[in-house]
Amino acid sequence: MKNRTWIMLALLLSVTVLLFASCSKQTVKADLQDVKDQAKQEPKQAAAASAPAPAPAPVVMKAPEPVGPSAEELAAKAKAAALKTLANEDVFFDFDSAVLSDAAQEVLKNKSAILGKYSGVSVTIEGHCDERGTNEYNLALGERRAESAKKFLVSLGVNASRLKTISYGEEKPVDAGHDEAAWSKNRRAHFAAD
Amino acid sequence: MAYFRIILLSLVAVVISLTGPAVTLAGYDYIDINSPFLRKIPIAVPLFKIKAESISSSDKQLSGRGSDMLSGMLDFTGYFKMLDRESFLEDSLKADTAAQNIDFHNWTAVGAELLVTGEFQLRGDVFEIELRLFDTIKSSQLIGKKYTTGVNDLRDVMRRFSGEIVYYLTGNRGVFESRIAFVSNGTGSKEIYICEFDGINTRPFTRNKAITLFPAWSSDGKWIAYTSYLKGKPDLYISNVNDGSTSVVSNKGINITPAWVPGKFELAATLSYSGDQHIYLMTGNGKVIKKLTNGWGSDVSPSWSPDGKKMAFVSSRTGTPQVYVLNIESGHTERLTFTGRYNTQPSWSPKGDKIAYSGMNGGRHNIYVIGLDGKDPVQLTRNGGDNESPSWSPDGSLIAFSSTREGPSRIYVMTSHGTDQRRLLAISGEQTNPKWSP
Repeated sequence: MKNRTWIMLALLLSVTVLLFASCSKQTVKADLQDVKDQAKQEPKQAAAASAPAPAPAPVVMKAPEPVGPSAEELAAKAKAAALKTLANEDVFFDFDSAVLSDAAQEVLKNKSAILGKYSGVSVTIEGHCDERGTNEYNLALGERRAESAKKFLVSLGVNASRLKTISYGEEKPVDAGHDEAAWSKNRRAHFAAD
Repeated sequence: MAYFRIILLSLVAVVISLTGPAVTLAGYDYIDINSPFLRKIPIAVPLFKIKAESISSSDKQLSGRGSDMLSGMLDFTGYFKMLDRESFLEDSLKADTAAQNIDFHNWTAVGAELLVTGEFQLRGDVFEIELRLFDTIKSSQLIGKKYTTGVNDLRDVMRRFSGEIVYYLTGNRGVFESRIAFVSNGTGSKEIYICEFDGINTRPFTRNKAITLFPAWSSDGKWIAYTSYLKGKPDLYISNVNDGSTSVVSNKGINITPAWVPGKFELAATLSYSGDQHIYLMTGNGKVIKKLTNGWGSDVSPSWSPDGKKMAFVSSRTGTPQVYVLNIESGHTERLTFTGRYNTQPSWSPKGDKIAYSGMNGGRHNIYVIGLDGKDPVQLTRNGGDNESPSWSPDGSLIAFSSTREGPSRIYVMTSHGTDQRRLLAISGEQTNPKWSP
């Protein structure tokens, strides 16, 4: 008797859950569709629709939101952030040197990890110099800087075909100043995703 | 050269030697251009006399412009001390211009050892001018020339007569037919420009709207090679000065610092397609003939000896950039500079006995000149910003260079002994990489 009651209750519960589940799926779809349509027509209304207060749907309906497109979005976001790091973190050098310091190697290891994760990404490594040398020699030095960054990445397992190099010598300083603060920023290998 | 030849051919120029005490041998002993203690010869260039019934304002203007031009060109050489017209005792607009009627005491009294007289006649758009050079101490005429040409060619006449004067006094035609190529960023990107020897008549040579650097003249003045990022990377361009036809050397890596072999349609340049940065010999069309330098480090900035048998260049093979000399035939390379840790931009003198370069000392670049024995480099610039990119005038008497002594980088000229340093031109933007034409 007790057992039968439990079984009945369990069945009832599972049917209810199933009903709710299928029902919520449809509603969510309709809800998302709704938002998209509104977004097309009137951005302000779309913002209002996505706000939590006026949503008439029951609390249960909110649960499935993070599935599907959101994961992709997250991944895209993470990739964008990684590529930004790749481009924003320059590798710095000493005057008249293309030798990679410990700090420079750390930056490059980080880049190697990013490039390892995103195998579809190719980059151009730009070699730059400060204004103090003469521009003929600096054009050569810039190339050596870009090449030493490239060699290090290849040694860490990045495929050389994904790494292009170009030298700008002293022609494209990132800081136009005429002091060591500016020069140290300009003696760099800069990464740009292709 | 060719550019000026065309202009001169278009002149209706009649040049005849004017009668006067016959001087057949030039007096090369007047000026020894090799002397570092050159004494400037005091010279008087009074206003040119006008031959006319009534003198018009256009007569006066032409007289003033002509004599000022000649003065400016002579002054540019660094050989002369130009005397102030205010001090002259003679009214040159009235005084006779031929030797027999000149009172030379009036010129020696104001300190002049040389005197130039001019007398011209304007007939519509054509003018006739007689120009003479005198030795006031010997009371004798040294040169006499008569030119008939259009008023628009006044500058060409003055350039030619300046050439006659300098040739008579030094045995060398001087710089008056030469030009200077340089880089300027006035339009927002670095481009190559060309001006006449004295900074007059600047015109753009490239309009690439991309970083453009390192102009190099062929020894016949018909070609300029340079590096440009026109296609996004540093490629080598070889352009005909007259018709603009261009070939491109676009190897992987850098294609930079061209230098023409004297007397040949061949050039050296730094290429890195092999993975190392070495200097290669190429045809004028950009085909590699052979590799000229080897070893570790960067090799850039070739500069040929006038006989084409040796090539100076910069190498970082010992850790710092230094100037080396390669003997082409033997393949033997010798290091030239030992003082300082940053010696670049070698420029071989037209006489062949010296190499100018920029050396860094105390964080500043200055121009030095060194003999081929590599001993005792002489510093020519000091106390004024960075001084870079020396380039000899074709007669070896002057050196053009860039300097930041007034703030932005500009082109300057000095004598080969470092005297008479002055700015060549004032145009917008910053100017670098001057290269004097043959």
